[in-house]
Amino acid sequence: MAKLTRKQFDKLCANAKALRDKDVRQVLVCAGTGCIASGSMKVYDAIKAECEAKKINISVELKDHVDHDADGGYHLKKSGCHGFCEIGPLLAIEPLGIIYTRVKPEDVPEIVEKTLIGGEVIERLLYTLNGKKYAKRDDIPFYKGQERLVLKNSGKSDAEDLTEYLALGGYSAFEKALFEMDGAEICKVISDSGLRGRGGAGFPTGKKWESVRKQPEGQKYVVCNGDEGDPGAFMDQGVMEGNPHSVIEGMLIAGIATGASQGYIYVRAEYPLAVARLKTAMAKAEELGLLGDDILGSGFNFHLHINKGAGAFVCGEGSALTASIEGKRGMPRVKPPRTVEKGLWERPTVLNNVETYANVPGIILNGAEWYRSYGTEKSPGTKTFALTGNVVNTGLVEVPMGTTLRKIIFDIGGGIKDGKKFKAVQIGGPAGGCLTEEHLDIPLDFDSLKKVGAIIGSGGLVVMDENTCMVETARFFMSFTQNESCGKCVPCREGTKRMLEILTRIVNNEGTLEDLDMLESLAQTITETALCGLGQAACNPVMSTLRNFRNEYLAHVVDKHCPYCNAAPKVLKIDPDKCKGCTKCAKNCPVEAISGQVKKPHVIDTTKCVKCYACVNNCAFGAIKEE
Amino acid sequence: MKDNTEMLRFAETVVDSYDCRRESLIAIMQDIQAKYKYLSRDVLELIAEKLEIGVAKVYSVATFYENFSLEAKGKYIIKVCCGTACHVRKSQPIYDALRNDLGLIGKQKTSADGLFTLETVACLGACSLAPAMTINDEVYAKQTPESALAIINEIREKEAKANG
Repeated sequence: MAKLTRKQFDKLCANAKALRDKDVRQVLVCAGTGCIASGSMKVYDAIKAECEAKKINISVELKDHVDHDADGGYHLKKSGCHGFCEIGPLLAIEPLGIIYTRVKPEDVPEIVEKTLIGGEVIERLLYTLNGKKYAKRDDIPFYKGQERLVLKNSGKSDAEDLTEYLALGGYSAFEKALFEMDGAEICKVISDSGLRGRGGAGFPTGKKWESVRKQPEGQKYVVCNGDEGDPGAFMDQGVMEGNPHSVIEGMLIAGIATGASQGYIYVRAEYPLAVARLKTAMAKAEELGLLGDDILGSGFNFHLHINKGAGAFVCGEGSALTASIEGKRGMPRVKPPRTVEKGLWERPTVLNNVETYANVPGIILNGAEWYRSYGTEKSPGTKTFALTGNVVNTGLVEVPMGTTLRKIIFDIGGGIKDGKKFKAVQIGGPAGGCLTEEHLDIPLDFDSLKKVGAIIGSGGLVVMDENTCMVETARFFMSFTQNESCGKCVPCREGTKRMLEILTRIVNNEGTLEDLDMLESLAQTITETALCGLGQAACNPVMSTLRNFRNEYLAHVVDKHCPYCNAAPKVLKIDPDKCKGCTKCAKNCPVEAISGQVKKPHVIDTTKCVKCYACVNNCAFGAIKEE
Repeated sequence: MKDNTEMLRFAETVVDSYDCRRESLIAIMQDIQAKYKYLSRDVLELIAEKLEIGVAKVYSVATFYENFSLEAKGKYIIKVCCGTACHVRKSQPIYDALRNDLGLIGKQKTSADGLFTLETVACLGACSLAPAMTINDEVYAKQTPESALAIINEIREKEAKANG
């Protein structure tokens, strides 16, 4: 195939836009990890089959010769994540502008008949809140408080369709950077925009790029960190799955800015769909000539590779990540030299997070001032958060920096599940801290959070209700970090182990007051002496819970009774009316907690019972229940 | 041993497909494991020989990353998510119920019938649908101990039927 020229590219984009303008009749099935798990692909197949049976024309990509206005057909798309995974599978129908929730394959014939053909809204499939039904997505309170820049196209376009990405202005920022700007200018715009790394630390992106640009000429690399290991966070997953081209475009621009001709995307293996979407996107961009040699006849070369992680949290750390790309064990090294000087294969490397790259095209296209119109002075722009835990509306949200926790948890998130009270929210995952009621009104930005001992981190927000034991939560995070410690430096390898032992002891009501002092002193030592970010931040959950919930530690240590851990403990009981005395439960009980005579109802000794459910699973009469 | 000879032959083609590049070590092992679900000692030795690096080096990488297994696994690999969101929505009882149902004791991960391997995973990114688990990479959302056991039993029945 002949090389695509700039002129041809412009024509292609214009053509794509014209197509998209006419493409008003759409059915968008959410194809994010969440909705797929809820069965959205079965819905997709059912719609396709039903439409075929009813002789409705269906197209699956933007194409020249399809005119659905004339034939009454629809463009059926697999969209990126809508963000509101809780009520999935989600189905959006244009031009009606409605969104159906919890759609099942059984609903499809009715949807096709009434809505697609009849233009009628099916009330029971609409989102309902407090008795009010919402037909349009943007009216739903969950979406109302959001400001979507990075996730703008997610849920509104086909994630795998390059033509549609072009139609929405995709790769035009890259084109602008390629032909109208030089490296220094790009770095300046990014610096002026105030964009800060979305991976956690919040380092100014423009400054980082400028450092790499200034390094002596030679092989340089652009690396994208998609190793979103923080449990409870899935923002980067949403971006990679829903808008993979935006990440590639951001990396391309970084390549022009810094003079790098090779790029690597490192994605954790637990995100198979993100890997597949990125691979498809890369192949399509390459086919078109947006990746490879002499792109659009400009003389700029850029080759992109993808690496799958293999299940090591520490690889989210820069130097560990580059080691892993080199095929080694993912262990961090001592810094300096920093990654911008000696990164991948000892060469200058730009290493940014997925969301950071996805922000770049918008900034190049609309300018630094536009970007600064969102968010706060020191933390401009928006931030995506994964809202999970004991909150009513779980999902992916994007808000301007500086939005308060109260707005995110109560307005967007709909408050605490089951009418319970808010207790705390863990922000920034195992490296972050917990925030309480008193922090609900502080603006969420890099600097304000630092002041209260927390970090934005990658953006995980795990909400905990009044019944959560914070000591147990701290133990949970420590067990995670301890397990993921790579073992290279002593403070992290040994220190986290000892801290986990102490925390376990405290949770089991076997701790002492000295243990609390020991925790604090260990935490301080590890924070000051660990080699990398994983170890330095490992104690944050412990420190912040000790600070904010000391009374819960005291309940475990002094009273030897935690009102949260032991709140109404459930026990297994045998219903004497149903039990036939077959003795099967007693035979299968590993701790001999069940006694009784043959053919007479048996009893469980709850003091011995370890709640392994062996009896429940072996009872043929369904006589054993948890009460 | 037929399986092993086959695995070695396959491993050889995988290493060759990466032009014996040392930096592809992780990708090579991932590709082999994707097919056989584990890496045998012979495979590690073959990789070392072909990449011209020490077996210890290959072994060190294989054991560093959680995803690599040096032991054979069951036909169905169950991964219960123990990420934060799943943890606060009670994923531990699901794991416990499955472990007990599969009769796993101590460090055992694979059921005696060779059908199931039970593991945990740090986060599947399906936090909105917590607690979640996967069986051979298919995600099952909003699980309870009862629903998880029902899925396992369904698979058991399907397998029993297939085997006559």
